[in-house]
Amino acid sequence: MSGSIFTSSIGKKMFMSISGCILVLFLTFHMCMNLALVFSDEAYNAICGFLGANWYAVAATVLLAVVIVAHIALAIVLTIQNRKARGSIRYAVTKREPGVEWSSKNMLVLGIVVLLGLAFHLVHFWYKMMFAELAGAHEVLLGAAAVSPTDGAAIVRYYFAQWPYVLLYLVWFAAIWFHLTHGVWSMMHSLGLNSKVWFKRMKCISFIVATLIIGGFALCAIILFLQGNGLLPYPLF
Amino acid sequence: MDLTLKIWRQANAKAKGKFETYVVKDVSTESSFLEMLDILNNQLIHEGVDPVAFDHDCREGICGACSLRINGHAHGPETEITTCQLHMRNFKDGDTIVIEPWRSRAFPVIKDLVVDRTAYESILQAGGFVSVGTGGVPDANAIPIAKDDAEESMDAAACIGCGACAATCKNGSAMLFVAARVSSLAKLPQGQVEAARRAKAMVAKMDELGFGNCTNTGACQAECPKGITINHIARLNREYLKAKFRS
Repeated sequence: MSGSIFTSSIGKKMFMSISGCILVLFLTFHMCMNLALVFSDEAYNAICGFLGANWYAVAATVLLAVVIVAHIALAIVLTIQNRKARGSIRYAVTKREPGVEWSSKNMLVLGIVVLLGLAFHLVHFWYKMMFAELAGAHEVLLGAAAVSPTDGAAIVRYYFAQWPYVLLYLVWFAAIWFHLTHGVWSMMHSLGLNSKVWFKRMKCISFIVATLIIGGFALCAIILFLQGNGLLPYPLF
Repeated sequence: MDLTLKIWRQANAKAKGKFETYVVKDVSTESSFLEMLDILNNQLIHEGVDPVAFDHDCREGICGACSLRINGHAHGPETEITTCQLHMRNFKDGDTIVIEPWRSRAFPVIKDLVVDRTAYESILQAGGFVSVGTGGVPDANAIPIAKDDAEESMDAAACIGCGACAATCKNGSAMLFVAARVSSLAKLPQGQVEAARRAKAMVAKMDELGFGNCTNTGACQAECPKGITINHIARLNREYLKAKFRS
């Protein structure tokens, strides 16, 4: 009579929420880790060392990869089903409904921008740090210079001293911010954790969470750029 | 007032439709939108043209028969009213009005602006009811219900099943309709007995009929003529997940 939870529309949304929640927690952790770099290279490298070629770090990375793939795969399945449900003939006139967030109607597009940014990010950070350590490399090339893959701080500082990288990252952060402003409250809503009283609060919490996470990332990128170009002292305090 | 109307014309479910342009003159600002269409049809009959088919019944905003997507909005540009309650004073002399039928795979066009909304009936039949034993009329105050619960239940029960939610949703999702029906009964003690079965059966039927998946855009609540909010969707999600994990 009622089918499987895995194939039902609400079930799929539940898995979308849970995977999204794990990704938000990961982003929070990553942002805090980046903040450490602003204060101390040693602290940042110590965290990198903890997350290097250890079995638990590898297990967490694999879990994270599975969650990301599941989140994207579900998004694609849902989008295909939804386009089909819309029918073959589109409306001739479309108007934006009042109170509807732009991000809520463009989650897949924002997700694709986030994914492209992620590929770029993994190639010049994760590949040169965690992957290089796993592959047993003793040094990685940064332009003409070579540094140890365990010196994460040097790798990050090298890239963020260059304005094109900072700019690309800020665009990427903006896309994630939009994705999160809808995603965080939507995640609670899909799990049924919302009500008449909590609706506006949830949207407010969503905005605050997205702004804190993305603001933290953006702040790190800007401070590193200013320090890399002698516009701010290092150490900061 | 004189108006130019661009109306979707389609001879039958299988025919290919297209927009036709008509001009109606001397329409009173006091007439309702459907009366304006009556005037157009009168004109078309005199011209020997097949009149435009559109759904209507009570013309009081309570039956859910009227539909129409008017200038990009379900039930027209005004909020919380049905097409039958929309009056021509909301338009200006010389306006061009584009009138389209609901567009959703689960609501196929039957003729012109009339769509088949049997899918909503099927969802209701799957579980949108309370089973009661026959017998004498029960005492009105036998089951006390808190005022807030009664009001929230009534807010959801205001749904007239017109289909504006699924027709507006970019995903063609019927979640607001199903949520309203599940929510109105979930808030009352009488609805508790069959709550789990109802949530599971109605969601399964909705999925089976080819409606899309809700992505919480809130477009449905913006266009709902009865002001039903997506808070009820959160309750439906809760009812469904609770029912699934308990079974």
